[in-house]
Amino acid sequence: MAELTLTPNLDRPDDFYAALIATHDGLSDDESAALNARLILILANQIGDTEVLAAALQTAAKAPEEVTA
Amino acid sequence: MIHDRYQLAFKLYPYERSADQDAETPVRHPVVIMGGGPIGVATALDLGLQGIPVVVLDDHEGIGMGSRAICFAKRCLEIADRYGCGQPMLDKGVVWNLGKVFHDDRKVFEFNLLPEQGHKFPAFINLQQPYFERFLVERVREAQAAGAPIELRGKNRVDSVITHDDHVTLEITTPDGPYTIEADWLIGCDGASSPLRGMMGLDFEGRVFEDSFLIADIKMMNDDFPTERWFWFEPYFKSGASTLLHKQPDGVWRVDFQIGWDVDRKKELQEENVRARLDAMLGDVEYEIVWTSIYTFQCRRMKQFRHGRVLFAGDAAHQVSPFGARGANSGMQDVDNLGWKLGLVIEGRAPESLLDSYNAERVHGADENILNSTRSTDFITPKSKVSHMFRNAVLDLAEQYEFARPLVNSGRLSVPCVYDGGPLNGPDALRGGPTRTRVGSPCPDAPLGEGFLLDHLGGAFTLLTIDAEAPDALEESGVPITRLALSASDDASGGLAERYLGMATSGVYLVRPDQHVAARWDSFDETATRAALRRAIGLE
Repeated sequence: MAELTLTPNLDRPDDFYAALIATHDGLSDDESAALNARLILILANQIGDTEVLAAALQTAAKAPEEVTA
Repeated sequence: MIHDRYQLAFKLYPYERSADQDAETPVRHPVVIMGGGPIGVATALDLGLQGIPVVVLDDHEGIGMGSRAICFAKRCLEIADRYGCGQPMLDKGVVWNLGKVFHDDRKVFEFNLLPEQGHKFPAFINLQQPYFERFLVERVREAQAAGAPIELRGKNRVDSVITHDDHVTLEITTPDGPYTIEADWLIGCDGASSPLRGMMGLDFEGRVFEDSFLIADIKMMNDDFPTERWFWFEPYFKSGASTLLHKQPDGVWRVDFQIGWDVDRKKELQEENVRARLDAMLGDVEYEIVWTSIYTFQCRRMKQFRHGRVLFAGDAAHQVSPFGARGANSGMQDVDNLGWKLGLVIEGRAPESLLDSYNAERVHGADENILNSTRSTDFITPKSKVSHMFRNAVLDLAEQYEFARPLVNSGRLSVPCVYDGGPLNGPDALRGGPTRTRVGSPCPDAPLGEGFLLDHLGGAFTLLTIDAEAPDALEESGVPITRLALSASDDASGGLAERYLGMATSGVYLVRPDQHVAARWDSFDETATRAALRRAIGLE
């Protein structure tokens, strides 16, 4: 059974983060939210494993504080 | 008249009348440098120590007040050490390794720079810029006494330049009136707002960041804060959208508050308002304010650093945000790169086109610094709601989960530039050689006897052989190459072998005068070495 990876696994974290933010450039808040939803579904399909996805959902849900952006 | 634009911390080159001012026809100098800041003075040292006459012109008589740059990186100190003033910087500076990152009132994580053993210099020291500059000028005085042809001319303001194919004419104003000189080569080290760039009508394009930062350097009466770098995102004490606390020598602390774009600078700089921010942060602590300033910044560079007989270095050529300590540190790498090339060109041993490689290599360095400091700035001061949301999600996750920590970006601290794909690079033919010493890299230090490897490299071309045979001296196209013959066993700690051999059993490195690797092989091949030297000086 695969486990949720919570140790660093990105090849080039700064490149990824910059690309992620750049993908949102010029979008409205609603458009950004929709993009995020599509992105999550694409990544979920890439992961595939039900148990890993369930663990990811749980981990995200118990993050320290509600983000107040 | 020449008015001071700022107060001086140290008056080090008072105005003196020069014989040039009484000359009937303008005196021609091989090199004139505009700007007596750290980059201008370091350039003068590099050239002067090669025996090349150089004149530095500055419209002030010394070093400006205010700590400004405070974080000096290992590579910058190694360069200063090659000029003979690294040690006093290290002795005066504060060495730090531990950084802590906070969000609101919670610690997100801490990092340790974990310095690798066997280097003469630590990863970073904190040192107020005026001290850094003073040590450079003191080294100039020492070199002058030993015969180095360096002149520092205070209160000499350049008012106009006329560029020609083979020289530049400069009109200068002094307290005794104007005079004219000529220069075979002019180097602009006159800072981010470079008057020289303006006089030549040259571009300086990039991105403006709409945020202001309030700096307060304070002396705490009873300070028991540790020597660590503390960075807050959205601090609970609300003194800024982010805040940095960092220790300097003399018991002085740098506090840096991000205070937004639309601020009334005058009002924010009033002592009571600065104290209100500091008190909220520090609580019941007594302190004295040493220096305050508000800065904004841009990330930008000139398209070209070479314009015929005029070369630009330091902030005059490129400007970055302060996150990552990439300003003065990259300027010193410019000097390191330019000095030996200009020296060879002036002595007629290399073609003028060698200077185009200064442009290629240092534009590459500037782009790397601009990319990194722009990304840090985007993380520290997110400019959209979604960007802010992702930033805070990273911070929230990083508190508990290691995977998110590499994404936290409170400044990617300056590491030396590798000239990958550079125009002077020769063959990278050491099978099994370590990546960190690939062609284009600055040589990493290693212990050697009582001292260090870098004490023996730089200033000229060196053939570094490790457990390999080679002649003790070679000359190619009038340029000498001296061998430094070592054995892996010379460093019992294994650092030398790990850094220069990797999986290989022997290695031969051609090292440039700026301590960068020009080529490497597993054994000596005379034809290949000569070809690599010619390539490294722009002949092939």
